[in-house]
Formats: sequence, structure tokens, C-alpha cells
Amino acid sequence: MRALVWHGTEDIRCDTVPDPKIEDDRDAIIKVTACAICGSDLHLYDHFMPGMEKGDVMGHEFMGEIVETGKGINGVLKKGERIVVPFTIICGECDQCKRGFFSVCERSNRNKDIADKAFGHTTAGLFGYTHLTGGYQGGQAEYVRVPFADKTHIKVPENLTDEQVLFLGDIFPTGWQAAVQADIQPTDTVAIWGAGPVGQMTLRSALLLGAKQVVCIDSVPERLEMARAGGAITIDNSQESTVERLNELTGGKGPEKCIDAVGMEAHSPRALEHAYDRVKQAVMLESDRASVLREMIYVCRPAGILSIPGVYGGLIDKVPMGALMNKGLTVRTGQTHVNRWTDDLVKRIDDGQIDPSFVITHRAKLEQGPEMYKTFRDKKDNCIKVVLRP
Amino acid sequence: MSEAMSQRYRSGFNNRSELPNYLVSDPRRRPDPVTRELAQGFGWFSIGLGLTELACGGAIARWLGMPRSAPVIRAYGVRELLQGVGILGASDPTPWISARVFGDALDIATVLPGLEGHNPHKDNVLIALVALAGVTAVDVICARNLAEAPLAPSEKVQRDYRRRSGFRRRAEAMRGAARGFKPPPDIIGPEAMRPWTLTNA
Repeated sequence: MRALVWHGTEDIRCDTVPDPKIEDDRDAIIKVTACAICGSDLHLYDHFMPGMEKGDVMGHEFMGEIVETGKGINGVLKKGERIVVPFTIICGECDQCKRGFFSVCERSNRNKDIADKAFGHTTAGLFGYTHLTGGYQGGQAEYVRVPFADKTHIKVPENLTDEQVLFLGDIFPTGWQAAVQADIQPTDTVAIWGAGPVGQMTLRSALLLGAKQVVCIDSVPERLEMARAGGAITIDNSQESTVERLNELTGGKGPEKCIDAVGMEAHSPRALEHAYDRVKQAVMLESDRASVLREMIYVCRPAGILSIPGVYGGLIDKVPMGALMNKGLTVRTGQTHVNRWTDDLVKRIDDGQIDPSFVITHRAKLEQGPEMYKTFRDKKDNCIKVVLRP
Repeated sequence: MSEAMSQRYRSGFNNRSELPNYLVSDPRRRPDPVTRELAQGFGWFSIGLGLTELACGGAIARWLGMPRSAPVIRAYGVRELLQGVGILGASDPTPWISARVFGDALDIATVLPGLEGHNPHKDNVLIALVALAGVTAVDVICARNLAEAPLAPSEKVQRDYRRRSGFRRRAEAMRGAARGFKPPPDIIGPEAMRPWTLTNA
């Protein structure tokens, strides 16, 4: 089969690789009908996340039709059935899964030992996202093996198109969880750093949940334009001070809720700060750039909430703990507990409350994937979200 | 964007003030990837050279047979460091790379007198000048490519996302449409930790 394969930094190729096979009774094989390139795939493309190996198949946002099931599926899934696959692989039986904390499933990461060493305890296995999270082959391919498929799936109504439901596997529930864990109230100003796909989903979720003001911060004009279309007030941080503008919008008090939809590859608009982080990253004194976190802690209203859906991989530096502690800020973060939200979100799409396909700006064939990675990373041709069809 | 406006934009605006507001918010240049990487490379090169000049200014001056130039070389080290930080940190490295070209000229002017008189290290001066000339040439190419790179907004005409709300109705009309959703208590924390105005409401 054809698949997008990681070969090294900025080197993804469309290769022919062996077809996946059923390896466990709870496995299913799906024929991928649509998949997307996620912003967090770029951390692998740029090789900021450790744990990738040559030959790994990329992709964790995908959907398709069941073509084969293991003996243990017990009729939960049937051949020909259409499912969206959540990016977090879940067993559904461990303590964390039972509590609904699916992204920290205790059993689905088959490289648990590595994760234990890196993070102290394992987190869930993820598709196409390093050997730290199980080394599972990803979904930017013609076929994918879905482990624990009897639990790791989202059933979707036939009347909804692939593009309407594809993002239930990652960015839509990620944006939704980011907004939900901010505990948004009708009097709140919610500031969201990053107007990429997750930022776009987050701001719409915050608006639906009833925030008084939703403010989106980025420097890419077309992304800010899309954010304004979704009802956000925008701040172009290459042109104006985020802190000053947020204070202006909140009567000097700062936003009650701050959401980081950027993560480890943040670009600080302050030259010295950005250079400092780049130098420290280059000499391996920190792995992630923390400029968004610093700004959020600084500008957030005391007793406010910081929600962090942006991906971080390792260590950061110069985090203002004094401000975080003295202002009494609450930090909520984590990979998304996808299946916890999807029943509700499917209904919202089906009811016409939101159509997540608004974010798609580029459609291409799987073979064009390597080129589309570059286009997406470099924000060429106004690219915000790419959907690939195998 | 209307077709007429698109046509006009494709034909090229001479004045940025003629652009619609939503297209002029990003004045940065978007160079091709090779030029961008070259500029980044110069950033790191500047930092490395700056540190070397600061730490070994005396040794470099002696190697050139110009021992009195040691303080000047150290000062140039500070200049290189500033340029390196500027290149790596700025959203648009163009002015910093241009500053490197002026710096190169200054370097050449400083080293050139080493060829005069009875300097026993003229060979070293020659080596330094050849290296400086090479670096200057690449600096000039990089600065020119950066200066000629299109401004970001000039690429912005192909698509218009102003209607991409994702909502069936106006965004403002959708505010609070999901207000009935109750966030799970285990996600938002214990009730006792929420603001009193909410818990006592």
C-alpha cells in the first residue's frame, strides 16, 4: 500500500510499504477514505519531537471503512462500516479509561517503558506519533491497523460527509476540550494564542459555550481573517503588543481564561526572547519554546485559568512561577480525551450547530502529501488545513 | 474579495495604503526557503564568530600581525553577536543581513592595512581577506534575495476566508448556543474552588 513515511527532518516520502495485518483479536483494519495533516505532525516533520524512526508511517487524523476485524471485536464493528479513528488509542478497560481520561490510557502504549522513563508514567498510545507513544503506524496511508478497535473508534451518521466528521478524530474535540476545561462563563474574556486549526476550533467552541469576548492572537493574516469569520476579536502580534491590547479589551484586568493553541514551536514577537529560546533549543538546554506560556501567565487575570492544548514534548525554561503562584492561576492541560466528547460533538454537527469542514483550505491526493507538508509548514498559498485522499 | 479587487491586486499595487485593511497586517517578507535558511545560518555564524572574536581578539590580532587591533576585533565581536541575535530573533532578518554587509566592509577596511609595510604575517592577512571577500559575496546575495522577496500580503489575494465561520448563522448569533453544556466536574475541578459568584448563583 502507499503511505506517507518519515525518513528524517523535513523528509517525508510517499512510499510503498507492507499492508497492515490483524495482530490481535481486538484489531481492525480500515481502508482510509480521508486523512489530514495536523499541526502536531509538523513537530515530527521539523523533528522537534524525539522518538521517530526511519520508516514510520505518519498521521493521526483519519477515517475510513472497516475491511477486516479480529475475533475479539464481537460485532461492535462490521465490514463496510464507516468510522472516524480518534488519535488516542484506548483500551476502555484500565482505571484511566474507566474514569474517562482516555488520553492517559494505561494499556495502549506498547512502549510503556520508554514513556515511563520520559514522563514518569505512561500515556496512551497514539497513531503515527513517535515510539514514545507506542510506535504505531499512522493514518496517512491507504490502510491502517486500529488496535483496541472495539473501543478506539467513533461511529458517525451516514448523512454527514467525510469532511464534516473527519476532525472529530483530533482538532475538533481538542479545541472543544480546551474551551471546556477553561470553564467558560458568560462574563469571560477568553484569549486564544494561535489561529491554526486547533485555535480555530477552540475559538468557535468558546463562542458556542458563551464567552463574552473571544480574542485570537497570531501573526498570519489569513488565519486572523478566518478567526474573525468565527466571531473572534483578533490581535496581530507582529503589529501590536498582545499584553497592551488584551488589557485594553478587559479594562486593564486581563482575560479570565487564556488558551495556548500553539505549543512547543512558539515564535515570540520579541526578538531577544525568540533568539534566547532558539539558542537554548539549539544547544539542547531546553526542548520547547515557552514564549506563549510566559505571556499567558503574565497577562491572565488573577485567579484565572490557563488551558493548554498545545503540544509540548520536554523541558522549557524561564517560566514565571512567581506570577503563576501569586496570581493563583489554575493550569489545565493534556492530550485530548477524544471519546469523552465525540458523542456530543457528532450531535452538534448533525444538528447544524457547527460544520468543522470550514477549516479545510487544501485538498490533495496522498501522493502529494510530502509537498503539502511543506506548504502547510511554510504557510504557503494561505494554507491552514490540508485533507488528503488516498 | 471582489473579482475587480482581485484583478487589481494581481496587477500589483504600488502603494500599500491602497490595499484593503485585512491584507496589510503582515509587512514581513517571505523569502524562498534556501534564502531563509541561509539567513538563519548567518545568524548562527555571527554568534559563533562574535564569541570567538570576543574570547580570542588578542590571538587573532597577533595572527594577523596587527597586535594593536585587538580591542577593535573584540568590539567587532560584540557587533557580530548583536547581528546574530537580531537575525535569529527578528521576524524579518532583512535589515540585519544588510547590516552584516556593512560590517563585512568594515572588517575588510580594518584588515587591509595589514598588507602594507613590513608585516611578517602578510600571508595570514591575505587568507583573512579572501575569507572575508567570500563571506561578503554570500552576504550580498542573501541581502539582495531577502530585499527582493515578496511581502507577505502580496501572496494573500488567492483566497478569501471572511465567510469561513463554520456556522450556519452569523457568528454573533451562535454565541452561547452550547451554553446548556455542563462541563464534567472532574475536568473543571471541585465546586468549592470555583468563583463564589458561580457556586452561590
